[in-house]
Amino acid sequence: MVRASPDVESVPPEPMPPAAPQQGGPPVRAGGAAWARIVTLVLAWGFLFSIVYLSLAKIRGIPEMRRVGVDIYLALATLLVIAAVLLRWTWRSVSPAHLARGRVKGDSQWAIAGRHFKKNRLALAGLAVMILLYVITLVTPLIAPFDPAAQGDIITSRYLPPGAEHLMGTDKFGRDIFSRVLYGARISLSIGFVAVGISVTLGTLIGALAGYFGGWVDSVLMRFTDMMLAFPRLVLLIVVIAVFENQSIWLVVVVLGLTGWMGTSRIVRGEVLSLREREFVQAARALGMGDWRIIIRHVIPNTMAPVIVSATLGIGLTILTEASLSFLGLGVQPPTPSWGNMVSDGRDALTQAWWIATFPGLAIVLTVVAFNLLGDGLRDALDPRLRT
Amino acid sequence: MIGYLLRRLLGAIPLLLGILTLIFFVMHLAPGDPTDRIFSNPNVSPEVIEQMRRNLGLDKPLHVQYGRWLWSFVRGDFGYSFGQMRPINEILPAVLWNTLQLTLISLVVIFVVGMLIGIVQAVRQYSLADNVLTFLALFFYSMPSFWFALMLILIFSLRAGQEGWPIQFPASGMTGIEYEYMGAGGKLLDRARHLFLPAVALGIGSAAGVARYMRGAMLEVIHQDFIRTARAKGLSERTVIFKHALRNALIPIITLLGLYLPFLLSGAVLVETIFAWPGMGRTIVEAILARDYPLVMATSFVIAAIVVLGNLLSDVLYAVVDPRIRNE
Repeated sequence: MVRASPDVESVPPEPMPPAAPQQGGPPVRAGGAAWARIVTLVLAWGFLFSIVYLSLAKIRGIPEMRRVGVDIYLALATLLVIAAVLLRWTWRSVSPAHLARGRVKGDSQWAIAGRHFKKNRLALAGLAVMILLYVITLVTPLIAPFDPAAQGDIITSRYLPPGAEHLMGTDKFGRDIFSRVLYGARISLSIGFVAVGISVTLGTLIGALAGYFGGWVDSVLMRFTDMMLAFPRLVLLIVVIAVFENQSIWLVVVVLGLTGWMGTSRIVRGEVLSLREREFVQAARALGMGDWRIIIRHVIPNTMAPVIVSATLGIGLTILTEASLSFLGLGVQPPTPSWGNMVSDGRDALTQAWWIATFPGLAIVLTVVAFNLLGDGLRDALDPRLRT
Repeated sequence: MIGYLLRRLLGAIPLLLGILTLIFFVMHLAPGDPTDRIFSNPNVSPEVIEQMRRNLGLDKPLHVQYGRWLWSFVRGDFGYSFGQMRPINEILPAVLWNTLQLTLISLVVIFVVGMLIGIVQAVRQYSLADNVLTFLALFFYSMPSFWFALMLILIFSLRAGQEGWPIQFPASGMTGIEYEYMGAGGKLLDRARHLFLPAVALGIGSAAGVARYMRGAMLEVIHQDFIRTARAKGLSERTVIFKHALRNALIPIITLLGLYLPFLLSGAVLVETIFAWPGMGRTIVEAILARDYPLVMATSFVIAAIVVLGNLLSDVLYAVVDPRIRNE
């Protein structure tokens, strides 16, 4: 048997700690509900925008992207939405109605995790960088000083070193690297988001089925997982992508999603193995619920904590993998900026223009560090054994 | 112990067969076939193409091709490379050896460096050194290896060459131009110099990973009672750390040995491409671009086999260090 990836510890969750009685103090806000709502909101939002960006990158082509009116409206609307959300949150936390309501409830698992998470400065920094990155992808047309595809006067504007006008210099075609890095963020982050969405869904489903049904279902699914794990992911990816000769972004996204689920499915299986013997599942079975309903309503929601951790770490890893693919020329294709293919452009001009490869690479490092910090923080917060 | 080993070996066989099947069908789902590439010239008559397809066995139904192919693989005959026009069995050993040199040296460096850093961090938990090293480890762990490779080239071969630094490393290839004329010592040195940058680029991310796990494992052990007992009976700190704590902390680390192999081989694809290292990774990329099916299938199978072997090895090592496992 191949053992699970070391990144993710498959520990069965301990039974939820009993609600800690609050001594005196003001009533605790219902942290659990708020957390769940925020997470759902962010996820749905992110997914929608990711898909919009990926389709835009494909259909309209990047050259017009900056000039597309929709894009600017989108950015303005985002600013408005952010302002509205912030206002509403501030209002809600100070509004008398809310303070008066103050439901005293036992802490949910999420509320406890939230408290632990808030103590972890590094993880908060990771969260801040992540939010900042996603906000930047939304308002890119307002920030980017140049059109990412505008070539200007090639003779005077190519290979300019970083300076006041071009913050990160210009490349072989005289395009502004800073603008391209910003637009590349859209592509790279969207790919990470959608691909991880696919792989986490698939992994959870496969892991839950294997763990819940056991027997031959388990052995078939787990042998298949072992088989997929035996391939170095990059090798499998380049084989599949090169073989299909279809250079669409969607192929890259789907294949990244279909090759990244193994870690998640192993963790989920481990969790489900212990969950299915618990009283609440047996009670559901005794009430005559179908297997599917038990899996979807009772088993899967209880595996969410480690799944969220592995999804967060997975986004970082997926962004890295996508960059590697684009670097090899098999991922996002050249006119569309992605961090990977920008580094690849820079490789050709390494001797005379170090800035072309350096800055997109730094952007990758920053993003992946942020996701790893966040993922580690979430793991520490969500796993009762790691709380200190 | 022998029984355990045999059981594990037998378990690996269906895994390898499954991998072979997967490779075969992925390759054959693809549109087009290799003759398209070789004979895209319109002057080649259809008869010649037909002839070529027959020679290569591409006109047979899929299951026949699959059966034949599987059988020849099982006998150790990997077929004929369309791209390089020579038997794959001639190509593979040299290429495999080059990659193994790179990955094994990287692996040794990863574990030595990673473990040392992890131990230092655990022994001095929450000190300045610990915090700095934790952050550095995270930084290197999050870094794309291809980008790091470019930065290494930029600094240690381009910049160093321009400024005439005493430390310079060659940016590509396995040996220098005048390699043939060097003495034995010079040859060894030349190879080591060429190996240095690729090995660092390949290994640094994984070394950071090992350091992270080593720190965790050491911390878990250090806080246990038997360590307190060892200290209480007056053993020197060095004996406590390296003899009592390290041995127990090594158990989870050993399993990483097998797990890092796929990572390293993935990384080798990029690093070999950048450093023009004539190994498996570069071969597979070139074979894919040339639609050289048999070579792609053979190399990906060999890579998968190495990974399965690595996992097997780490399971066996695990059983060696932890008697609870083998008596199960």
